[in-house]
Amino acid sequence: MVDLSVDLGGGHRLPNPLMTASGCAANGKELHRFFDVSDLGAFVTKSVMADPRSGRGTPRMAETASGMLNSIGLQGPGIEAFVDEDLPWLQSVGARVMPSIAGSSSTEYAHVAATLRASRAFDAVVGVEVNISCPNVANRGLVFACDPMASAKVIALVREQLPRDIPVFAKLSPDVTDITAIAAACVKAGAEGLTMINTLLGMVIDTDLMRPQLGGVTGGLSGPGIRPVAVRAIWQVRQAMFEGRIPTVPIIGVGGVRTGRDALEMVAAGASAIQVGTVVFNDPSAPVRVLRELCELLEAKGYDRFTDAVAVAHGR
Amino acid sequence: MTGQATDRALRGRVTQEVAEVIATRRVGAYQHITLVAPGVAELARPGQFIALAVGGESSGTLLRRSFSIHRVSPSGTYGGTVEIVVSAVGAGTRWIVDRVPHDTIDVVGPLGKAFPLPTEPVACVLVGGGYGSAPLFWLAGELRERGCHVEMVLGAASEDRLFGVVEARRSCDGVTVTTDDGSAGHRGWVSDVLPDIIDRTNAGVVYGCGPMGMLESITRVAEAHGAVAQVAVEESMACGIGVCMTCVMPVVGSDGRTRMVRSCVEGPVFRGDRVRWDAFDGGHARVPDDCVGAPKVGGH
Repeated sequence: MVDLSVDLGGGHRLPNPLMTASGCAANGKELHRFFDVSDLGAFVTKSVMADPRSGRGTPRMAETASGMLNSIGLQGPGIEAFVDEDLPWLQSVGARVMPSIAGSSSTEYAHVAATLRASRAFDAVVGVEVNISCPNVANRGLVFACDPMASAKVIALVREQLPRDIPVFAKLSPDVTDITAIAAACVKAGAEGLTMINTLLGMVIDTDLMRPQLGGVTGGLSGPGIRPVAVRAIWQVRQAMFEGRIPTVPIIGVGGVRTGRDALEMVAAGASAIQVGTVVFNDPSAPVRVLRELCELLEAKGYDRFTDAVAVAHGR
Repeated sequence: MTGQATDRALRGRVTQEVAEVIATRRVGAYQHITLVAPGVAELARPGQFIALAVGGESSGTLLRRSFSIHRVSPSGTYGGTVEIVVSAVGAGTRWIVDRVPHDTIDVVGPLGKAFPLPTEPVACVLVGGGYGSAPLFWLAGELRERGCHVEMVLGAASEDRLFGVVEARRSCDGVTVTTDDGSAGHRGWVSDVLPDIIDRTNAGVVYGCGPMGMLESITRVAEAHGAVAQVAVEESMACGIGVCMTCVMPVVGSDGRTRMVRSCVEGPVFRGDRVRWDAFDGGHARVPDDCVGAPKVGGH
């Protein structure tokens, strides 16, 4: 039997490296009808902001080859409702939770993190993922994740609000010139880990109506079609860690993982944990299926421990 | 919509099963498909739907296609079966209608909320637009078992786009057909004939399933003639199970406030007078300004 456990920081040993991806799993109750969400290494919740948000109008979705575009607009209940209802529910079923937090200013991120820390179910939290792919109102809506300074500021402020044993993961956008520069800025600002990648910005035009198909015009591209981009980003950042350009921290791989093979590919590129996102829309039990398939593959390849497979493709 | 109502919907049982196609036949402009799906057949109620994966497990078409359940037979010769009616409008639905007997399709269901049934044997009018009528025959049977007088109105653009006229005559106390072009029944819309039927039968509930514009007019007519409208909406969905947040629409909750709610979980059946029809344009919903969490100046 392969030892699947993994320590992503803060002394929280996770039983396995599989997670949901933020925004593809809601906050647990929906998928708990298909599998026990406590079977996952961690449950990553939908990005939550300070206040309730309606999100955008419809259409919010466009199907693409091996994927989809979404333009939800960060619909959510706000952090108060999240800590009163969603987090306690996840705790009640024994889930290890990695809340994803978002903001439209660095102070909003800090406020959300502080509210989370002060909440009664905070014991269920094993890490916090910071979704920095949000428009920064202070910088004409440029997303934080495209600017090393803005990214670093958000991470530093969030880091200050959380106890030391709660690792902070910065979720990076692939829509940048050099992802290693953003990764370095986040780690130097206090991030104990990186999640790669967020969606790519895309657009579809409805050629019947000759207008953008999404209500929000542009949207985030996700699904198996973007997996090679994720593998590349993980590889580049892990390479920069080997070369000493970035301190070595765990990378959580995400982007189009559909099978155990896809997960193993990201692990070989340098990921210490794997999130399954859009594929859940196709197969609601995909996270536990991918975990099973990954375990079988590691076993077939003779690995005793999952962690022995991390980044093995480097230097081969 | 209240949190409690959503929680109730999410406690309902659901299954995922690989279903064998055992029958498929052309009905007018549509394809009527029978699947062996005992888990779904056992659990489903009228108004609920199933979500079908397209193209096998390595398919590049990732998103499920959702169909309201036409009928279930929990203990058939082949085990429990589920029937759906499909209109091939794109590559995904075309793949589904191209399945032949013994092919398999991955099915998730039953999903969403069922039509609420009246506690008293009141008269009901069931209105179906095109193949939107699919779930209404099963509903009619359940209502008549409860002693309700049931009339059905079937409307479509033309005769070939009507579904279930013969079945309606068998399962209801009265049937009225309308077509836009007059190729069958009354020339015109369902809303032209609905007022008289509500008044004549003294109907307490009008159930509707079909395009958004039709559901809005059913709601308006029902309200004006003293009946409650229960409508099953058709929104495009990516997942059908409540996680993707794409199938939202503005609906007024029991607290009087409008929220963008998921039609797959909080719906697909809504009380017509709770839906913010004023926010729909060409089938797309914008966020009303008074919606909870609506964008402030600058937008989302």
